[in-house]
Amino acid sequence: MSVERALEGTGGWLDDRFHGARGFRVFFRKIFPDHWTFLLGEIALYSFIILLLTGTFLTLFFQPSMTPVVYHGSYHNLDGVRMSEAYASTLNISFDIRGGLLMRQIHHWAADLFVAAILAHMLRIFFTGAYRKPREVNWLIGLVMFTLALLEGLFGYSLPDDLLSGTGLRITEGVLLSIPLVGTYLQFFLFGGPFPGNDIIPRLYIIHVLLIPGILLALITAHLFIMFHQKHTQMPGKGRTDTNVIGAPMYPYFMAKTGAFFFFIFGILALGSTFAQVNPIWLYGPYTPVGISSGSQPDFYMGFLEGSLRMSPSWTWDLAGHTVPWDVLIPALVPLGLIITGAALWPFIEQWATGDRREHHVNDRPRNAPTRTAIGIATVTFYGILWLEGANDVIADHLDISLYTTTEIARYAIFIGPVVAYMITKRICLGLQRKDLHMLQHGVETGIIHQLPSGEYVEQTRPLTEDEVAELDVRRPEKLPIEAATSAGGVPPRGMRGGLGRLKLAANKVVTESVPIETHGNGYGHGNGHENGHGEHAALPTGSDHGTDEADDGRNGTPGSHA
Amino acid sequence: MSDPTAPDDPAGAHSGPRRVIGTPPPAQARSLMGDGAGSAPPVQRELPAGPANPVRAKKAERVVAAFFILSMLASIGFIAAYIGLEVGSVDAVFRSNLALGLSMSVAFLALGFGAVIWVRHIMPTVEITEQRHPMRSTTEERQAFNQTFTEGAEASGFVKRPLLRRTLIAATLPLAVAPIVLLRDMGPLPGTYLRHTVWRKGLRLLNYGPNTPLRPADFSSPGGMITVVPDGYQDDDDALAMATSIIIKFQPGVLGAPTHMNWTVDNIVCYSKICTHVGCPAALYDEQEHHILCPCHQSTFDAAHGALVTFGPAPRPLPQLPLTTDSEGYLVAASDFQEPVGPSFWERG
Repeated sequence: MSVERALEGTGGWLDDRFHGARGFRVFFRKIFPDHWTFLLGEIALYSFIILLLTGTFLTLFFQPSMTPVVYHGSYHNLDGVRMSEAYASTLNISFDIRGGLLMRQIHHWAADLFVAAILAHMLRIFFTGAYRKPREVNWLIGLVMFTLALLEGLFGYSLPDDLLSGTGLRITEGVLLSIPLVGTYLQFFLFGGPFPGNDIIPRLYIIHVLLIPGILLALITAHLFIMFHQKHTQMPGKGRTDTNVIGAPMYPYFMAKTGAFFFFIFGILALGSTFAQVNPIWLYGPYTPVGISSGSQPDFYMGFLEGSLRMSPSWTWDLAGHTVPWDVLIPALVPLGLIITGAALWPFIEQWATGDRREHHVNDRPRNAPTRTAIGIATVTFYGILWLEGANDVIADHLDISLYTTTEIARYAIFIGPVVAYMITKRICLGLQRKDLHMLQHGVETGIIHQLPSGEYVEQTRPLTEDEVAELDVRRPEKLPIEAATSAGGVPPRGMRGGLGRLKLAANKVVTESVPIETHGNGYGHGNGHENGHGEHAALPTGSDHGTDEADDGRNGTPGSHA
Repeated sequence: MSDPTAPDDPAGAHSGPRRVIGTPPPAQARSLMGDGAGSAPPVQRELPAGPANPVRAKKAERVVAAFFILSMLASIGFIAAYIGLEVGSVDAVFRSNLALGLSMSVAFLALGFGAVIWVRHIMPTVEITEQRHPMRSTTEERQAFNQTFTEGAEASGFVKRPLLRRTLIAATLPLAVAPIVLLRDMGPLPGTYLRHTVWRKGLRLLNYGPNTPLRPADFSSPGGMITVVPDGYQDDDDALAMATSIIIKFQPGVLGAPTHMNWTVDNIVCYSKICTHVGCPAALYDEQEHHILCPCHQSTFDAAHGALVTFGPAPRPLPQLPLTTDSEGYLVAASDFQEPVGPSFWERG
């Protein structure tokens, strides 16, 4: 096959019509930096595609109808039982359609993986500061997609109309009813009348298979287009700066790797669905408002909402003849609202507090932004406690402690946990920064001890490689506007003296807290005459002069080798 | 493209003479004279033509091919399993699921492994640096945009003619409300629906499941909790979603305030089963402590004392249903619940 003929035949025919040679060449030469955490978003993307594929298969056989039928199918344990058509058709997919059970299970596992991957991807973006300018909009799109993914999952697992998912809908009804002023109307409009009615399954169905996936698809397109247009961020490393991107090109490298990754994800989901049973609705039975299966647990991504409902104390207001059930409203709305709103505002709060309006394309290592990392871990702790409380019955059972004790603990932990997590994380980050600084100054401890002829013991250190230096050396660039303005005698400028200005200064102090690298005067060398190498570094390190300098530094920095 | 190593005229790369990939371009291509087939500029390679270690690549090639063949066989196996294995019983389904799932997993995973080995061991390792440019448009671009935008706005008269502007906005506002109005018929108005259940005076309590009426004498001894539904509504989910109840028979003297003793029959008390938190059936009962527990969010009610909340998020006791017996001695409701059952809602009061 002659590759040279790419633009003859079909390729040429297409280029005659679309003028594609130039554009596709750009596309083919697009550079993708490599880091394992960059795969997390891809997992979410491919799970979504697998959800579309398996979901389409399921729609061929699923009946989104609440019309009661009496079951006479292959699953004899439920023979003669009255159930909705939705539940009966789900049994049918599981037991009478070849490959139906497999597709159902892949669909369900893929949904769990989809949300898990989004969560992990979001954490990666947050902790590495990849949301910073110019990527704030993509961060916001991501948050919208995360919220939609939760809704999509909830609506999806409600469709089979089994006892477990029906209980989830019942809780949804209770939460809707709790909304002041309009709650009762919302519930009656969504359910087409009283719970459960006959409309909720068909309505959730069209929202689940068309509305939300359509919006998600549009947002994913925007998300990827923006990522492509702004170019991917890169992790700190040799030669990597805010003005370049280093990696392998799209064609053939990224195409092959990402294709392989898609196959892996599909393969692993298929493997999981072969051996790990998920959502066995035939064991739950059809929904009836009379019954409930004990140990009712929603899918993992709903666990934090379940937990927050569980840990709420009973607290209801009677407001001039109207009921305001804070015991439902607060746990149902506040945790998710707090996390999403906080995440949405954070990039702008950080910009405001640091005065940093520059573009950032090299990611931070989490330790190098201690406050951000601490806030992130505090949020994870907050979420984690809610999530654990969502399984408190299982925990109480396994640890053999009282159910109520777990809830009491959670009620305190939800307030104390995040604060403790914040403080510990910040200390750990600053400690790691000191360790990095130590390595920059003294090299890597090899654990080899030499005894000098004089009897003195010295530890041999290994000089850092250029790559290691590039990763560790995070000397801050020139002062940001806020610091620069206040540096003269510590007097803040006119605009910063008011209440908001003082708040900004205080926030600045907290957000930018770090172990300074530059205060060591002549850099991290041993004072061995490399002042010009480090002391004047104002901008980010730029490769070569730094590299040679450092190699030199390393040689001098190994007392063992001189001995 | 912004790659500094890229030739200035990428289109020219294709107009030169054909040559075998991996070989250097013919020397005469660099001469000013050209080679007669067009004077293409010299093409500088961006990617190496082959792997650094051809021997290792040759080995890898065989491994990759083996994986691809394995994948192909697995796919054929998938089709064979689909044709060969029937479903229709639990065992058959599990057999089919195992065969289909396993062959599908192998088909995908083998493809994935093959492709990864291909990339890592056959494609030469490259690292290319591409320059970034600030996202912000240049001053000239911004000025040009500004001019185009202003000219368009002026030409349209949108700025100069406020009447047009205001009537256009006035026209779109009700149009935006229309789709919301359109949703009105999604459901009836709630009215007072949530204040009542189907229970009424004389309606028998059926033991849910066998759906048989109950006599106080049928309770041989105090103890467990029985779920009851109103006679005639055992298949009406809308009715059951609110009317489902539980009855418990106590030892004499155990039931105490604030239980309405005149609503009990022979120490049998009836409460709504619908949790006052968010409406799950409060289905668990601890006979020792007389605690009714809702499995959803663990609201706990003291059955011996008017179903008062002893723990959890529920804001109110489970409402008590007034009981009596009919002429045949069966347990019946004396009336509907005296307060709304189930979760809180704004109009509840």
